[in-house]
Amino acid sequence: MGQITLSQVSKRFGDVEVIPPLDLSIEDGEFVVFVGPSGCGKSTLLRLIAGLEDVSGGHIRIDGRDMTGAPPAARGLAMVFQSYALYPHMTVRANITFPLRMAGMDRDERNRRVEAAAEVLNLTAYLDRRPGQLSGGQRQRVAIGRAIVREPAAFLFDEPLSNLDAALRVGMRLEISELHQRLATTMIYVTHDQVEAMTMADKIVVLQAGRIEQVGSPLDLYHRPLNRFVAGFIGSPRMNFIEGPEAARHGAHAIGIRPEHLAISAGGGDWRGTVRVTEHLGSDTFFHVHDTGLAEAITVRATGDGIPGPGDTVWLTPDMDRLHRFDAKGSRI
Amino acid sequence: MARAVSLRRKSINTAAAWTVALLLFFPILWTLLTSFKPEAQAVASPPRFLDFDWTLKNYRDVEAQRAYFRYFWNSVIIALGSTGLGLAVGIPAAWSMAFVPGRRTRDLLMWMLSTKMMPAVGVLVPIYLIFRDLGLLDSRIGLIIVVMLMNLPIIIWMLYTYFKEIPGEILEAARMDGATLGKEILYVLTPMAMPGIASTLLLNIILAWNEAFWTINLTVAGAAPLTKFITGFSSPQGLFYAKLSAASTMAIAPILILGWFSQKQLVRGLTFGAVK
Amino acid sequence: MSTQSSRKAARLMLAPSVILLLVWMVVPLAVTIWFSFLRYNLLTPERSGFIGFTNYTNFVASPAFLLSIANTLILVVGVLLITVVLGILIALLIDQPLWGQGPVRILVISPFFIMPPVAALIWKNMFMNPTNGLFAEALKFAGLRPYDFLGKAPLASIILIVAWQWLPFATLILLTALQSMSSEQLEAAEMDGAPPLQRFRFIILPHLARAITVVILIQTIFLLGIFGEILVTTNGGPGNASTTLTYLIYKEALLGFNAGTAAAGGMVAVVLANIVAVFLMIAVGKNLDA
Repeated sequence: MGQITLSQVSKRFGDVEVIPPLDLSIEDGEFVVFVGPSGCGKSTLLRLIAGLEDVSGGHIRIDGRDMTGAPPAARGLAMVFQSYALYPHMTVRANITFPLRMAGMDRDERNRRVEAAAEVLNLTAYLDRRPGQLSGGQRQRVAIGRAIVREPAAFLFDEPLSNLDAALRVGMRLEISELHQRLATTMIYVTHDQVEAMTMADKIVVLQAGRIEQVGSPLDLYHRPLNRFVAGFIGSPRMNFIEGPEAARHGAHAIGIRPEHLAISAGGGDWRGTVRVTEHLGSDTFFHVHDTGLAEAITVRATGDGIPGPGDTVWLTPDMDRLHRFDAKGSRI
Repeated sequence: MARAVSLRRKSINTAAAWTVALLLFFPILWTLLTSFKPEAQAVASPPRFLDFDWTLKNYRDVEAQRAYFRYFWNSVIIALGSTGLGLAVGIPAAWSMAFVPGRRTRDLLMWMLSTKMMPAVGVLVPIYLIFRDLGLLDSRIGLIIVVMLMNLPIIIWMLYTYFKEIPGEILEAARMDGATLGKEILYVLTPMAMPGIASTLLLNIILAWNEAFWTINLTVAGAAPLTKFITGFSSPQGLFYAKLSAASTMAIAPILILGWFSQKQLVRGLTFGAVK
Repeated sequence: MSTQSSRKAARLMLAPSVILLLVWMVVPLAVTIWFSFLRYNLLTPERSGFIGFTNYTNFVASPAFLLSIANTLILVVGVLLITVVLGILIALLIDQPLWGQGPVRILVISPFFIMPPVAALIWKNMFMNPTNGLFAEALKFAGLRPYDFLGKAPLASIILIVAWQWLPFATLILLTALQSMSSEQLEAAEMDGAPPLQRFRFIILPHLARAITVVILIQTIFLLGIFGEILVTTNGGPGNASTTLTYLIYKEALLGFNAGTAAAGGMVAVVLANIVAVFLMIAVGKNLDA
């Protein structure tokens, strides 16, 4: 249940090919995150899997069966939309039972499932309210509830947390992860936020301009990015890239080193620069160092309270084990 | 602007506005009053405003002409029939243009709008002859079809603008939830678009009721609605102002009241959504 | 969302409307074009034959035609002027702080819902009638002789009646547009020291430009087809003094039973209406995109 395979799937809108032919395999029970910048085609890909758009080429197989031409209702998938897409004129109970009504389930069975889902999602008190009377987080849960009761082969999430404020987002992130652990159903999750991707995914698919840049576990992508794009996309703050003579010294067109893998000291080190801005988070400090002659600015992360302040001269030393090397085309060497 | 406006200024505004409003409304008011006057006093000189012998005789006279209610009933049937038919045809059309737009949707809408701009008089002769040959002259069905065709562009445009305000994602959710197209329209679209559909219904009933060109020219008496009935009063028939007033009041009252409730719809429908 | 199945469904659902409107437009128009080249009188249907453009030349050359064009122009422009100018003024007035804006709106909007024949008869009998009408009473009261409005100034009288009916429409549209204007712009102008007249000219009027354009477009479409009012008041007379192009064609068709001439006239009307529509669409397009 919940095994999805995409073979040479492509999508064209008019003359524009937004997704060139790609292959992807999703195993049963995996939490897969499609991540990438705006316009990279991640939502489009999700909608192709859901059946809300036709593929221009290729095949989509769900649990071995070819579903390429099948309508959404026949695919056994459930989707949670970015705007939740709740039925405003129905109560929470009616919203959640709607798919069951469409499937022709009898009333007792429907009520049983609704109440079970409401229990899991803490919605029991709200079953008779309308969406308009609920908060953002509650609506989110109703949308998830509507998906759960269908007992689908896989859940599809389209940027579900973007409409929530920051605090709520962290809480909901945990809830969705817990849900995945409890249900053990395949989940495909689309987001532009790489923090969500890293914290929730079993497998991350990084997309750019419709192309898969890399597929792998979060730590795979962190430690061994296959190209500059992935290297720069994963990890916050962004990896530092250095070109020119320093890169050539290491035998590459460009080298990359993450802020957390640079040691900063007032005494001595490999590279010298001036601190322009310091950002204190309490737990960490970020130093933005200029005038290194290597790149416009280099970001360094240090734990605790950082001592060097703006205007100070500092020395940076990279951890050589964590240095990434890239050729002129941006691929990893 | 939440500033205190001087009492004096507000009073002047109020006086001016009410004067203008009453001036504009006066003909209707006069008609209403005259309908309760005995014929002789209806043409009294100097005219009597409120002090006359109030009577219901005129209404009884008009009612006594059994024919009046046939005309009234025809108006109702034509208004409801043409609007109902228009909605039945227009809702699916508006759905497809709002939710599955293609490259030509915009052009299609413009074309539909343009059919309303065609002068009716240009096709009077053929329609008259076609109706005559098909036996549709002086038939309610014939009028329902013609009036529906006159209003269809407005119906589709209004529904289109209302449908466009419904988030497409909700309909997609319904599809993911297993709803067929019919169920999607029945259980999700229609309840959500109910205010818009009601507005369209309201405005078009009013337009159909007041349609004069076709309803006068394509009928004799059998299927004639009130528009035609009233033309019978155009040549003087001795003292008849009071009776005319009574007949007029009965003809306009339902639509007038409906109209009071449909100001917003009027703006939206007749400007094809251009002014909100 | 567009899948093959939803696109198929969409085409199916559009079909009835498109077919109906297509038939409604094409078939009668085609017949009209055909008739316009025939000599065809409904009273003598057996004497019909192809006569080329004779109907057109007859129609256009007749003095009644030029007069009807003039009348149509005067009617439309007259009503437009009255309704737009008064509409703006009344809309501005109603938008002011006052008591009872709701009832005022209801009173002002009422004339629009009166069916044209009824409106015309009310005016003809109870106001304009030289013997019994209220206008006559007012003139007598002022010591003047009663005036036969519909007899002596038929077109002007009809303009009055039609303007009365359409003033509410213009007012309502303009009022809606006025109320949708953000007050911040006006407040900024006030702080900049602009007097009311300037504020009107440079801020309010441009904002209303779009609504005014729409009002003119919509009203023109409907005004070109004015029929019921003329029918029950002057019947186009005296003579052809109040006959518009629409009414002229109507007279040819249903009073003269002259299908050929009426068809030619109808085609002329269609062509003219299209020309007007093109100009209006250009004007509307400019304003709507602005």
